[in-house]
Amino acid sequence: MPVAKVLQESASQTAGPYLHIGMVPAAAGITTRKQQPGNVLAGSGAKGERIRIEGYVYDGADCLVRDAQIEIWQANAEGKYDHPEDRQNKPVDPNFQGFGRAVTDFESGLWYFETVKPGAVPGRHSRQMAPHVSAIIFARGINMGLQTRIYFDDEPEANANDPVLTLIELPPRRETLLAKRGERGGQVVYRFDIYLQGDRETVFFDV
Amino acid sequence: MTSFVYIPRDRGIHPPAYAPDYKTSVLRSPRKALLALQQSLSELTGPVFGHDDLDPLDNDLLRNARVDGDPIGERIIVHGRVMDENGRPVPGALLEFWQANAGGRYRHVNDHYVAALDPNFSGCGRTLSDQDGWYHFRTIKPGPYPWRNRLNDWRPAHIHFSLFGAAFVTRLITQMYFEGDPLLPLCPIYKTIPDEGARARLVAPLDVDAGISLDSLTYRFDLVLRGRSQTYFENRPEGH
Repeated sequence: MPVAKVLQESASQTAGPYLHIGMVPAAAGITTRKQQPGNVLAGSGAKGERIRIEGYVYDGADCLVRDAQIEIWQANAEGKYDHPEDRQNKPVDPNFQGFGRAVTDFESGLWYFETVKPGAVPGRHSRQMAPHVSAIIFARGINMGLQTRIYFDDEPEANANDPVLTLIELPPRRETLLAKRGERGGQVVYRFDIYLQGDRETVFFDV
Repeated sequence: MTSFVYIPRDRGIHPPAYAPDYKTSVLRSPRKALLALQQSLSELTGPVFGHDDLDPLDNDLLRNARVDGDPIGERIIVHGRVMDENGRPVPGALLEFWQANAGGRYRHVNDHYVAALDPNFSGCGRTLSDQDGWYHFRTIKPGPYPWRNRLNDWRPAHIHFSLFGAAFVTRLITQMYFEGDPLLPLCPIYKTIPDEGARARLVAPLDVDAGISLDSLTYRFDLVLRGRSQTYFENRPEGH
């Protein structure tokens, strides 16, 4: 059993406008960095349905936020996290990495990930969670990373039984976590817009 | 088999989302209450990084963008330990850091401050903590710079830090400041942190004994990530 809390977590500070330098150097114009986690999670041999998740980030005045970073963490198509604490008897996929990082385009504000649709993962007390992707948003003006989840709107049954979505009482609030499935040029594209503030404010978590 | 969940975040030591003296936070702060979420496998797992993901020069900012010489500025070493709230070292934590050059200018397409760029400095680095949680890197001391907030706001010298611990819920981004900086008590971003002790822990003291004589001064910056609570999470293999 862990010992009690003896230290305080370091305080958060905003990632600022130049977060790209340290986390996505190519976006800042720095070309010396060779390997870097990016927005493509699925290699060509990855198992599962290939999808693109894309969207915009809006502030409380409905203006585009064009200097944000979105990080995601997800299970593979079988519902397995590549991490020692996932003890499910399911295979990891060598062609898939569960972590991705994208920044909003400085001009258009668009961000996107190329990934696979995650499988379902058991939640607490073995209650199944609907397929989802965990996300954290960082930007200038955001004092502490905002944590949320991306669910899929073509999973109505699983979503209706999801232990997290069912915590959200108002349906319009719940819908802020649903990515909308569409198709473009033969590719499955889910649209997920993030509203930092206002009537359509995305549900953010204290995890 | 069991896993212990992480201690809930003490929001009282972190900056609130809405901190009007830092003007950009006004429109970028959620106003609805955060939804408390019990941790599941999605939160207790997270990306694992290894030495294969890094380049040997990633923790040497004096050399990793070198064109024809060393960068201009005070040569410094930053070192410290990554611990968790339980007081145990965090091995294998990925630390990413970024900073302005000695003149207070960032190598970034969106930074148009008049101070000169340094052709031999990118201000971009990363490293992994070792088995005992220790990390270090070599750089130059960043300069302060003015920014658009109130009419004459200046950022104190600082280095941005991004950390990944053992799980996605320990993810943290913060900033390191330097002991004795007269701009600290004037900085609206530093002052977004409501707790004085928490604020002071982001200020790195000069570590005189750890310097390299005739070469570099050293600053000590320890970091604390979330620790485990005594509440466990059932994590049964499928079918049991």
